[in-house]
Amino acid sequence: MARSGQPEFAVSIWRGGPGGGNFVRYRVPRRADQTVLDVVTWVQRHLEPSLAYRFACRVGMCGSCAMTVNGRPRWTCRSHVGKVAPEGRLEIAPLPNLPVIRDLATDMTGFFDKWQAAGGRFAPTATRRDPPARIAPASPARKAADAGIECINCGVCYGACGVVGARPDYLGPAALNRAWTLVNDARHGEVPGVLRAISRDDGCHGCHSQGSCTAHCPVGLDPSAAIAGLKRRTLLDLLGGEGRP
Amino acid sequence: MTLWLYVLQRGSALVLAPLVVAHLVLIVIASRDGLSAAEILSRTQGSIGWAAFYGTFVIAAAVHAPIGLRNVIREATPWRGRGLDLAMALLGLAMLALGARAVIAVVGAVVAS
Repeated sequence: MARSGQPEFAVSIWRGGPGGGNFVRYRVPRRADQTVLDVVTWVQRHLEPSLAYRFACRVGMCGSCAMTVNGRPRWTCRSHVGKVAPEGRLEIAPLPNLPVIRDLATDMTGFFDKWQAAGGRFAPTATRRDPPARIAPASPARKAADAGIECINCGVCYGACGVVGARPDYLGPAALNRAWTLVNDARHGEVPGVLRAISRDDGCHGCHSQGSCTAHCPVGLDPSAAIAGLKRRTLLDLLGGEGRP
Repeated sequence: MTLWLYVLQRGSALVLAPLVVAHLVLIVIASRDGLSAAEILSRTQGSIGWAAFYGTFVIAAAVHAPIGLRNVIREATPWRGRGLDLAMALLGLAMLALGARAVIAVVGAVVAS
C-alpha cells in the first residue's frame, strides 16, 4: 500500500540494449481496468523517463505495442493486468526473435523485410480507369483471403514462432499469412511469384505446424492454417493440379 | 529444391508408416513363434514379395532420414550449405547400400556352401 493509500503492485521491466540487460523492479499503482501498456507508460512518466517502448493507437489497431508479458508475447494495449497477471506478478520484456534497440523497443526491420521477401507486395491487374473487379464474397478463395487480411503487423506471432527462434532466416507466420491472402486474391497479378518466394529455403515448408502463431495472435487470425494452405497449394501446383483455397 | 525435398520426405513417410507397422508385427510374430534364423531365411529367400517389401522399406528410409536429419541439423546447429547437403546425400547412399546388402542377405538365393 502506498502512502496515498492507493494499492500498489510490483512490476519487473527489462532494461538494456543490444549488448544485454536485466530486469528492474518498480512499484506502480494498481488501478481498475489497467492495461500492461498503462503500467509501462506510468513507469516512464513517473519513474523512468528514459524507458524506451513503442505504442501509438492504444486500442489494438496499430500493432506497435507488442511485448513479452510474463513470458508470452502479447499486445500490451489490450492486455489487462487483472487477466494476464491475476497473481499480481508482472514481468515485461521486449518481443522475442527480434533484435533489441533499447529496453522494450525492438528493431522490426527484419520482420517487415520478410513481408517483401514473401512476395507480399500487391501487384494490380487493372488500372484506376478499369471498373472495379467483381469478386464473389462467398467464393472459397475470397473467404480464405478474408480470413487473413485483418493482420495488424504486431509481430506477436513472429515472437511466438519456435521456427523463427531456431532459424532466424525463416519468413515467419505473418509474412506467410500475407502471402496466403495474396495467393487467394483474384486481383493479384503475381501469384506465381508469391509461390516461388514462399517455396524457397526460408519459406513455408520449414513450418512445424505447432500452431503457436495461431494460439498467440491477438486478433484471432490463423497463420498456421494459412501456412498449411500454402504448403498444399505448392504441392498441388507441383503435381500439376490447381490448388484449392 | 526445398519443395522437392518436402515432397520426397512426406511421400517417403507415407510409404514408411505402414511398412514400419508391418515390420514390427513381423518381429513380434517371428520372436513369439520362436522361429530360428534358418526357418526365417527358408521363408524369405527367393521370395519376390519379401524382396519388394524390404527393398521398398530401404529406399523409403534412405530418402526420408537424410532429409529429416538435414532439417534438424539446420535448425539445431549453424551447419548448412553444400557441406551439409553433401554429407546428407552420402548418408542416404550409405543407408541405401547397407539396406540393399541386408535385403540381398535375407531374400537372395541360397548360395551353395
